[in-house]
Amino acid sequence: MAGITVEGLSTVYPNGVRAVDALDLEIADGELFALLGPSGCGKTTLLRTIAGLEGATDGAVAIGSRDVTRVQPGERRIAMVFQDYALFPHMTVSENIAYPLRVRGVAKSVQRETAAKTAGGLSLGELLNRRPGQLSGGQQQRAALARAVAASAEVLLLDEPLSNLDARLRLEARTFLKKLQRELALTTVFVTHDQAEALALADRIAVMDAGRIRQLGTPREVFQRPADTFVANFIGSTPMNLVPRGSEIVGVRPEYLSAAPEGLFTGEVSIVENLGVTSLVTLDCGDDQIGYIVPEDEEPAVGTTVTVDAPPTRVLRYDRETGLLVR
Amino acid sequence: MSPLWIVRRIGFYVLITVVLAFFAVPMLWLASAPFDAKPGLGLRWPDWTLDNVATTFEHPYTLTSLVNSLVLCVIATVVTTVLAALAAYALSRVRIPGRDLLLYLLLLLSSVVTGTAAMVPIFVMMLQLGLINSQFGTALVIAGGMLPAAIFILKDFMDAVPRSYEESARVFGASPRQVLAHVVLPVARPGVATIFVWAFVNAWGNFLLPFLLLRDVGQQPAAVLLRTLYDEGGSANLTVIPVFSLLYSIPVVVLYLFVSKRYGFRFHGGIKS
Repeated sequence: MAGITVEGLSTVYPNGVRAVDALDLEIADGELFALLGPSGCGKTTLLRTIAGLEGATDGAVAIGSRDVTRVQPGERRIAMVFQDYALFPHMTVSENIAYPLRVRGVAKSVQRETAAKTAGGLSLGELLNRRPGQLSGGQQQRAALARAVAASAEVLLLDEPLSNLDARLRLEARTFLKKLQRELALTTVFVTHDQAEALALADRIAVMDAGRIRQLGTPREVFQRPADTFVANFIGSTPMNLVPRGSEIVGVRPEYLSAAPEGLFTGEVSIVENLGVTSLVTLDCGDDQIGYIVPEDEEPAVGTTVTVDAPPTRVLRYDRETGLLVR
Repeated sequence: MSPLWIVRRIGFYVLITVVLAFFAVPMLWLASAPFDAKPGLGLRWPDWTLDNVATTFEHPYTLTSLVNSLVLCVIATVVTTVLAALAAYALSRVRIPGRDLLLYLLLLLSSVVTGTAAMVPIFVMMLQLGLINSQFGTALVIAGGMLPAAIFILKDFMDAVPRSYEESARVFGASPRQVLAHVVLPVARPGVATIFVWAFVNAWGNFLLPFLLLRDVGQQPAAVLLRTLYDEGGSANLTVIPVFSLLYSIPVVVLYLFVSKRYGFRFHGGIKS
């Protein structure tokens, strides 16, 4: 078991793109850690640099107390699951799972035993002799996880682990992944562009943009107190209301706003969108559009004027120049 | 059904029949003439006999030439397949400026250089290297001629092997040699099998290079020997040629069937990424 320490890490591609930019990060032993950000923010490059698949231009990566910056991927004691799972199509599930052992020259019988045991733990016991092409998406994902587990590594790296599954299966796989990580207590880093996935799975999240970390914190911290307007915009299934007021930008989540006799914003109801249990109401307040969430059956009629307010602790103020959280 | 339509159909079938006959007649000749007591150049129902086969086997050079062909082709094919696989993998993975241009030029020049145009320089070069009458030397020249096209075709197969497969193997500690042997080659196997058969068939039918470089009749492969099968009168030896032609065509057919069954020109698909 081991944590990961990243110090002043930069990864620059040959074409001059600075994908990771002087980044510092500490991931604790046994933590389930998310790298979250829009595409092109450097999150996958950071993961690949930790894995050793990309060379660090500057800075250092350590796993446990061992500096691995110049160590080959195979020597880092890591396991990785790729976005396309990278199961070898010409090998059976059993051979795939046992591959890390085959590389180390472990006896064939031990390979088969380990594969069967690992597969059993991930309910793949029936599928050992199938080829990856004969498995469903969810089964392929579990086979790839089984192979990573069989490697008995110190660190597990997952690149967009859920993005190749359809929406319903994704929820199931998310629960499964979190349970598996808790059982193994393995330091796990996963990359995602889906904020809901990061909030649901991770112990801590690093929100990234342009090769740097914009905010580092627990899902609750990142959701309730985004460090800047970029994070505020990115996190949350409905975007945060960000309204300029003088030298500041007032930020408040639609979920925290409710109708009140007097309050922050007053406007005319322009659109009501049904979200299932709740509805998203959009108010026209002069130049600004304010969204807020109402419970089912409490939707105001379009055209009525409504005033909304939020608890003072849920109203955030950002500096208009820097975009940083003031309080 | 108008009369015009009927005429058109008849015309169509006549055309098909002629085309079919064009390809079928030589095949039928190859099947019947070897076993005919009086084989001719025309197609007829044979007077069945095995005398021609016996005569062919008694000929001093026929069996040797088939063995020579086999040796020549196996060396040329193995050299081509192994070197093309390694080169195609390297060219597929390493980024060098002007790589694609280099490949096109190589392909273009090779079809010019190894052909008739370079007969004389190749002969002189091999003479000075002391490789005239050498099976191995000739096989190398044939392989050299096939390599650019083989690399070009195999590179496409190598390009189609997802990089994540290799990276996955690397993360689990596989050495570059293991990555190639465990992952890349098995996944690109249909391509390698295709190149193997293609190279063998090409080398088997190659006449010019063995004709130039193997002057000793005891060293010559079947494709070259076929040209020398005359009787005392100077006309084609029709007792030996049909049987010899049949024997000559068998290895290629067998190889194709074997490779197709064993290694398969098929693909185990991964998942879309």
